[in-house]
Amino acid sequence: MGLTIAQKILQDHIVRGNVNVGEIILARVDLAFANDVTAPISIDFLKRIGGKIYDKQKIALIPDHFTPNKDIKSAEQCKTVREFAEQNNIPHYWEVGEAGIEHVLLPERGLIKPGMLVTGADSHTCTGGALGAFATGVGSADTGFAFATGMLWFKVPHTIKFIYNGKRGKWVMGKDLILYTIGKVGVSGALYKVMEFTGPVIRNLPMDDRFTMCNMAIEAGGKTGIVEPDDITRKYLSERGVKDGVFYKSDEDAEYDDIIEIDVSNIEPQVAFPHLPENTKPISEVAKEDIKIDQAFIGSCTNGRLSDLRIAAKILKGRKKDKHVRLIIIPSTPLIYRQALKEGLFDIFLDAGAVISTPTCGPCLGGHMGVLASGEVAISTTNRNFVGRMGSPKAYIYLSNPAIAAASAVLGKIGSPDEL
Amino acid sequence: MKGRVWKFKDNVDTDVIIPARYLNTSNERELAKHCMEDINQNFAKEVKKGDIIVAGENFGCGSSREHAPISIKASGIACVIAKSFARIFYRNSFNIGLPLFECKETDRIREKDIIEVDTNTGEIKDISTGETFHTLPLPPFMQELVRLGGLEGYAKKLLKEI
Repeated sequence: MGLTIAQKILQDHIVRGNVNVGEIILARVDLAFANDVTAPISIDFLKRIGGKIYDKQKIALIPDHFTPNKDIKSAEQCKTVREFAEQNNIPHYWEVGEAGIEHVLLPERGLIKPGMLVTGADSHTCTGGALGAFATGVGSADTGFAFATGMLWFKVPHTIKFIYNGKRGKWVMGKDLILYTIGKVGVSGALYKVMEFTGPVIRNLPMDDRFTMCNMAIEAGGKTGIVEPDDITRKYLSERGVKDGVFYKSDEDAEYDDIIEIDVSNIEPQVAFPHLPENTKPISEVAKEDIKIDQAFIGSCTNGRLSDLRIAAKILKGRKKDKHVRLIIIPSTPLIYRQALKEGLFDIFLDAGAVISTPTCGPCLGGHMGVLASGEVAISTTNRNFVGRMGSPKAYIYLSNPAIAAASAVLGKIGSPDEL
Repeated sequence: MKGRVWKFKDNVDTDVIIPARYLNTSNERELAKHCMEDINQNFAKEVKKGDIIVAGENFGCGSSREHAPISIKASGIACVIAKSFARIFYRNSFNIGLPLFECKETDRIREKDIIEVDTNTGEIKDISTGETFHTLPLPPFMQELVRLGGLEGYAKKLLKEI
């Protein structure tokens, strides 16, 4: 019996055990990272078990969640992380101004490569699977453990293969493919399992969209999302100066828990209704419902990349947001911020009445820079619409791609760019 | 373990277990004060040491925040029983020494029932109804984690071995 990409990467890193599905193994970790919310607990854990770091090159610390510091307590958390990074000369630590959202920054810096085993104390660590790495979200104690030992325990997961066929329609992005998929399998449809995204549509899908898809694997309960690395991956890596990496492919006779084929030809842009990402509807149905919005947010580790901002700008060019709506745009990293500025996207956004913030996770998790009040409705390019996720537990969050979010900001209600 | 049941539904996510607005601290007492407040406002006020959470599918889905099991444990909850758990919540709980049990029959356990969990046999006895349920056996590695009191104990053991 052959092996899946996920099994091959785990096998390549195994210290104790075998890559039999369901078995718990101990494996070497190539990169373990944490953020300002999760790292303080990891640092505390590390201290309790002796405080010695296994390999500081294999650690990354990214203050991104509540930065620039939103309040005194957050400032204290960031201080803990900063002092730890400085005392231990951690090379992969970035201060505000250089830091961006971890799952966008790390690939951009060439720190996530095909074939790596990556863990992050953040559930959206699965984003890195878009580069053909095994990247999975773990806890803070786990991360402290990996800092100290260079290893971690894993349950060898099943893999579900998703094959995307057909032709992507207008305004249909990676976000729509993954929302549609979550709508189909449910929020626990891939619990403990790897989601391997494949098929002709994925082979032609740009890296930014692949990142978006893998990013939301956790929203179906997945351990990670993964895309077989190819020439698109290679081009992305070479543009970032990465020359190494192990390009694994799943064997033809690999064992899959399930194989799900999806014809994308009839998929429209999707909107996930409150309060679960699985509550998806096609935009044509949503547009009929006349859902008025108070806020539109374009950003996050899911959809704050350059192509997301470009598509938003394409729609917002020469238009104004609805008077009532707050349109918030947050580029995910300083590099994306600068490029968007160079391309003139900021002028378009500002002319449209948007506010542009420094890179941060901020509003996605109700931190700052756009927290919702009770009864308010938001369209958001983020990943979760749980109760209380973006602020008040009485707010309503609808998830979409950036084209829909931009068009909705102009319309004042959830709708498609075709309605403009 | 014997305690009173707090009942929850499917897909209880970590954003309702401990909302992100309280993640500017990792102080467990502080976190316990806000545990479950967006889904059950009485929980933090009325929960007693030894009480047990019983839930449906996919308990603990969403973010990786270890603050979620920390807030539950610091509330005094002895263990969580659910039909299934989200995977990061699962590992975080065992890592910090909060025991979890998977049981497919949680629909038959009611809010405020008194139940007794035999951690050796995995048997749940609902004293209020007289019914008995079984939990899925823990994998040997998880049993070792429990025996060592969580990941800290395991780490200390492993660091001596390598």
